[in-house]
Amino acid sequence: MKLKKIAAIAGALALAGSLAACGGSDDTGSDAGGDKIKIGIKFDQPGLGFKEADGDYSGFDVDMAEYIAEGLGYDDDQIQFVEAVSANRETFLKDGTVDMILATYSITDERKAEVDFAGPYYVAGQDLLVKADNTDITGPDSLNGKKLCSVTGSTPAQNIKDNYSKQAQLQEFDTYSKCVTALQGGQIDAMSTDDIILAGYAEQFPGEFKIVGAPFSEENYGVGLPKGSEDRDKINDLIEKSFEDGAWEEAFNDNLGESGYQLPEPPTVDRY
Amino acid sequence: MSTSVLYDAPGPRAKALNWVYSGVTLVVLGFVAWLVFSKFNETGQWESEKWTPFIDADVWNNLLIPGMIETLRAFAVGSLLAMVFGFVFAVGRLSNLKFVSIPCGIVVEFFRSIPMLLLMFFIYFMQPSLGITPTSIFWAVVLGLMLYNGSVIAEIIRAGVRALPKGQEEAGVAIGLTSGQVMRTILLPQAVRSMLPAIIAQLVVLLKDTALGYVLGYSELLNQVKQLDTNFHNLIPAAIVVAVIYIALNTVLGLVATWIEGRTRRVARTAAPVGHAGAVDPVADEAALAK
Amino acid sequence: MDLFSEYGSAILEAFLLTLRLAVFSGTFALLLGVVLAVFRVSPVPVLRWIGAAIVYTFRNTPLTLVMFFALFGLVYQLHIYGPPEEVTLSLSEQNFWMAVLALSVYTSTFVCEVLRSGINTVPLGQAEAARAVGLTFSQNLRLIVLPQALRSVLNPLASVIIAMIKNTTVAVTIGVVTATGVNEASGQMRTMMENEPNQIVLIFIIFSIGFMLMTLPVGFLAGWASKKFAVIR
Repeated sequence: MKLKKIAAIAGALALAGSLAACGGSDDTGSDAGGDKIKIGIKFDQPGLGFKEADGDYSGFDVDMAEYIAEGLGYDDDQIQFVEAVSANRETFLKDGTVDMILATYSITDERKAEVDFAGPYYVAGQDLLVKADNTDITGPDSLNGKKLCSVTGSTPAQNIKDNYSKQAQLQEFDTYSKCVTALQGGQIDAMSTDDIILAGYAEQFPGEFKIVGAPFSEENYGVGLPKGSEDRDKINDLIEKSFEDGAWEEAFNDNLGESGYQLPEPPTVDRY
Repeated sequence: MSTSVLYDAPGPRAKALNWVYSGVTLVVLGFVAWLVFSKFNETGQWESEKWTPFIDADVWNNLLIPGMIETLRAFAVGSLLAMVFGFVFAVGRLSNLKFVSIPCGIVVEFFRSIPMLLLMFFIYFMQPSLGITPTSIFWAVVLGLMLYNGSVIAEIIRAGVRALPKGQEEAGVAIGLTSGQVMRTILLPQAVRSMLPAIIAQLVVLLKDTALGYVLGYSELLNQVKQLDTNFHNLIPAAIVVAVIYIALNTVLGLVATWIEGRTRRVARTAAPVGHAGAVDPVADEAALAK
Repeated sequence: MDLFSEYGSAILEAFLLTLRLAVFSGTFALLLGVVLAVFRVSPVPVLRWIGAAIVYTFRNTPLTLVMFFALFGLVYQLHIYGPPEEVTLSLSEQNFWMAVLALSVYTSTFVCEVLRSGINTVPLGQAEAARAVGLTFSQNLRLIVLPQALRSVLNPLASVIIAMIKNTTVAVTIGVVTATGVNEASGQMRTMMENEPNQIVLIFIIFSIGFMLMTLPVGFLAGWASKKFAVIR
């Protein structure tokens, strides 16, 4: 009789689990009707791809994604945003979890073997964010003895330590926003990642930070597509159109205009 | 032994001294509290814009409640699997067959001796090589929870069975039951009843363990601190609120555990005498310590 | 094996850091745990309440959050190392001690509860006899009750320490590294798994063995000691 009760508790737990499982899975988009487009973006990068507390999405990648989706003939309410974490981007495209990805997704030869890219729609570079009144940090080689913050497992920080400033001290956190907190409080001297990502954080605190402006890498952000996608040429056209009709610049200014970071020249689309 | 045995009923002098000690303690405590409060005040942690998000329905609907649901989901699936794992390996380790009991023992001891975070990392990074795509953080967390907590539950159940009077098993064998029947119909039901409080205490631990999913980026409750901070730059307030939610969730589960413990104690009085692991139960204590 | 030639020294450094975390945290946790236990059985009600409140709070908060508060609360807000521009301590030392603090306080609440249950195993007559011969509360605890309590809880105490050794892995969340930038064991394992996706099983085995080398001796030692020092009644 006792065992029956335990079985009942176990059953209730199982039920709760499966119910929760149903509840949790609907944002990955099981309604794969042909009339929706599922776009993978970052949810946690302010100014680029960000899910606000009120459930809205904002950022440069988001605006570009909406522009492209519109150009492909989708309405706003046909767009479904899906969180694409870095590790899952290729698989999401391959197994159809998403139809395209705009998530600070660098075009590399390695990735080109697995997925297709349209664009680039932006050329970013690894850079440093420091306090606005800082003058002694001028680039990656001026960090000896300084405290540098980056996110766990990120190659940029290790790159600096290995190739530029061997005496730099590294602080690793799981998110850049913690680095920003530490930078504000003066516990660290600089944080490093792609300049446009840094701009997204600087934008949140106008006037408080500056981007050093000495990029030491080149990242071509592209639109990730499944291998053999038929939309690639069309999307390339749309990206070029956004450069010309001002939509690209507007997307930047709306999201990153107050970061103190200057919009670079639009890149040349690579129709490989 | 009740603690009051350690000292005599306080006389007038001791009472006065106790008042002095209490006073000093409260002053020190008050000073520390004031220090924290004023420092936090200096750095603007009490600013209303850092706290008003928590009275905004959107914040609860889009961040905190989904976070809690994910935490409870990992808890529900994890505890179910851990109990199944625990039963299987407890029975396996108690088996008379050496080729069953020894491997089961090794498995249980192995998972109890390595950190759960290692297990979660391993399961997470193993998935691509096994052809599982996209990599599931949820299952890395849940299976990690299962392997460790399941091993602890296995030990709790085993301890429960071994604490039973020898006569229970002998009586079962004497009336012609097979060893499997003895285990199923005589030993396990009694062991589970006597160990139910310890098992539930372990489930409370499992709830707290779900917070390790944070390290993998599982969007449970603790991860919402990250989202809140990016939205409102209120790292400290967000962490305080989330800590309070954890304490509340644990308290509720703890109350359930106490309630069930009370019930089982009542039943035990009328049933056959059951060996009881004392207050100093190594397994239960280790169980309680994990994150 | 090229895994060892490439990562051998980093693995060793990682485990030395973990060991260092464990040794300091374990020592402080035991001391603090005794203090908390004394608080909880003391004749002063306020001390009992404070002891209970600390134990309740820390036992029910995930360790990850405790570490977080140590770094972001104590260092970033309360400036316990002094104002940020005057801190000379390196990041690795600063984060290390915050991890030690968090682990010690968190673990001490479990040590406290184990000791308290140990005190419950000491027969009433012991404490009564001590009072009868005129010992004060502190003499009673120090000379009669705690020594016996401690000896009866060596095994559960070892379990607490073993769990603490495993809990050092949570230090990865506040970025505890060596002076040369090597993470503690779990962080190092993650880095290696990210870099060497084809050798994940081997990496896991290496790090599992590393932890077993730390946790199993504690268990054996406690088992031996609890027999040797058992209070025979």
